[in-house]
Amino acid sequence: MSAGAAASRPSDRQRAVRDRTRRGLARRKVVNGIMLGVLGLCVVLVTLPLVLILAHLLRTGAGALDVAFFTRMPAPVGERGGGMANAIVGTLILVGVAAAVGVPVGVGAGVYVAERRGSWLATTVRFLSDVLNGLPSIVMGIFAWQFLVRPVGHFSALSGGVALGAMMIPMVTRTTEEMVRTVPVSLREAALALGYPRWRTALVVVLRTASAGIVTGALVALARVAGETAPLLFTAFGNQFWSTNVTQPIAALPLQIFTYAISPYDDWHRLAWAGALVLIAIILVLSLIARAATRNRFDASAGA
Amino acid sequence: MAIAPQIVTADAGTPPLVSIHDRGLGDVVYRGVILFFALCVPLLVVLVAWEIARAGWPALHRFGFSFLTSSEWNPVKQIFGAAPAIYGTLVSSAIALALAAPLAIGVSVWLSEFSPRSLRQPVAFLVDLLAAIPSVVYGLWGIFVLLPVLRDPVMPFLRDRLGLGHTAFFAGPAYGPSMLAAGLILAIMILPYIASVSREVLLAVPRSQREAALALGATRWEAIWHAVLPHARTGILGGVILGLGRALGETMAVTMVIGNRPEISASLLAPGYTMASLIANEFSEASSDAHLSALMAVGFTLFVITIVVNAAARWLVWRVERGARVSA
Repeated sequence: MSAGAAASRPSDRQRAVRDRTRRGLARRKVVNGIMLGVLGLCVVLVTLPLVLILAHLLRTGAGALDVAFFTRMPAPVGERGGGMANAIVGTLILVGVAAAVGVPVGVGAGVYVAERRGSWLATTVRFLSDVLNGLPSIVMGIFAWQFLVRPVGHFSALSGGVALGAMMIPMVTRTTEEMVRTVPVSLREAALALGYPRWRTALVVVLRTASAGIVTGALVALARVAGETAPLLFTAFGNQFWSTNVTQPIAALPLQIFTYAISPYDDWHRLAWAGALVLIAIILVLSLIARAATRNRFDASAGA
Repeated sequence: MAIAPQIVTADAGTPPLVSIHDRGLGDVVYRGVILFFALCVPLLVVLVAWEIARAGWPALHRFGFSFLTSSEWNPVKQIFGAAPAIYGTLVSSAIALALAAPLAIGVSVWLSEFSPRSLRQPVAFLVDLLAAIPSVVYGLWGIFVLLPVLRDPVMPFLRDRLGLGHTAFFAGPAYGPSMLAAGLILAIMILPYIASVSREVLLAVPRSQREAALALGATRWEAIWHAVLPHARTGILGGVILGLGRALGETMAVTMVIGNRPEISASLLAPGYTMASLIANEFSEASSDAHLSALMAVGFTLFVITIVVNAAARWLVWRVERGARVSA
């Protein structure tokens, strides 16, 4: 009886503790709610610039975009119209050269790092490719100028493509390494047990199994360098005329956007927005193809 | 304890495709080819360092330590001090970090702890999309959208209405192109890098860590603050430093909005210069060998700073990843 009475009639002291706990809990719940709100605000604030930029880009860029943009050459100042046909082709050529340089080296280095994991050279290569990944693009630009343009004496598409390719190497190395490491051991063992030499095992079994992931990595890297401007400023340099010669200066979309953006002419500003829209479209298409490739791969491995 | 054998098999399980026993000429060639490609990476790093150091040496040699501390940058008189550019690089990156780090961490906490399953993928995709926009497009948007907005309502509001104009940091006329604009653009650009590293680090925090805190009666925020964030602290710091590395070397967008004036001003409303924008802006106009060499020396300084910052970030992230693998 007395215990029950004590429970139903708490002492003043007990009541004070209970009230304090309740007040504390209420306060803690309020803090919890506020912080949840703050985090939600973070999400809004982070996605807001993206929405603003893309919306403005679509509105302004689409208005300035027409068939002439893809088929015509840049018009002289004061003349209306004109396009960026040479810059679009130039960007494709530069990206092609970059892929020719960056993909083989990146894949080779990635395979090496994955296969010789733990050796000091593999660790060094991995660390240095991370370092290379953080290298400012402008530094790669002045390096390419010093190394490839200065000795030759003139700007060239080739030097720009090589600069972009060098920037691709660390990205491709990293994804190749990760993809090669996901290839099941049993596959290699099966191939080796059948008497395959190691090089055929690597090419026919390991690289083929990892190929979807490697293609994805290469495309993502291509998408990244396709929008780079800084490495091209002093290498590809830009060109107002039609040129597909890799030993000569060549136009590129990012360079053209930059030149037009800082010019004082309204016509050129419109073209810069149109160029930015096309550039983003190229990058998004590359990224979406890359995502599609990865999705298939993961679906396949999930089903297996 | 049960994890230990797993690690051993993971390491020993992959039969090396090179070395041990070659089978015929093909294997020797294969080994040689991938070794060659692997050696390309260190070779490239050394080559970049060597070529830029060599080209910048005359300026570094001539001006010595004052190259870093002198604030006179005068191509006509051939006097080169990179202090304004170094100052601008540090200040714009600091503004960017101060704005981007809390937001990026907030988003990753929301994504890893609170987000409904259906929103997780789309929001993460949107944040990653920020990294896909080229620098020059950020610059374009900066010139035609951000600068006018800063010039008219924002800067006068900060200076006059909020009364910040009395401090040295917000004094002076509001042109638009400024350190503040550069910091804002950089903040948007480095957000996705910090967010993606933070998100991965937070997702690597063991479930038991959260469950233990919740079981003790913690609210969800308390569980995050006392149990999850301390666990992820090092990795998040790594992500923030990685973002810093990006901000330090970012070129085009900054060149387009910072105003490009080689002066040190305490005011964030005043134009400035960064090392990267200095190179981008003056390199093609550099007529004298001394000017070129000075720009190369600036490039070398930037190279050294970013390598140190990135190495620190990688080391932190790597430490966390290794820790997660061992304790998972």
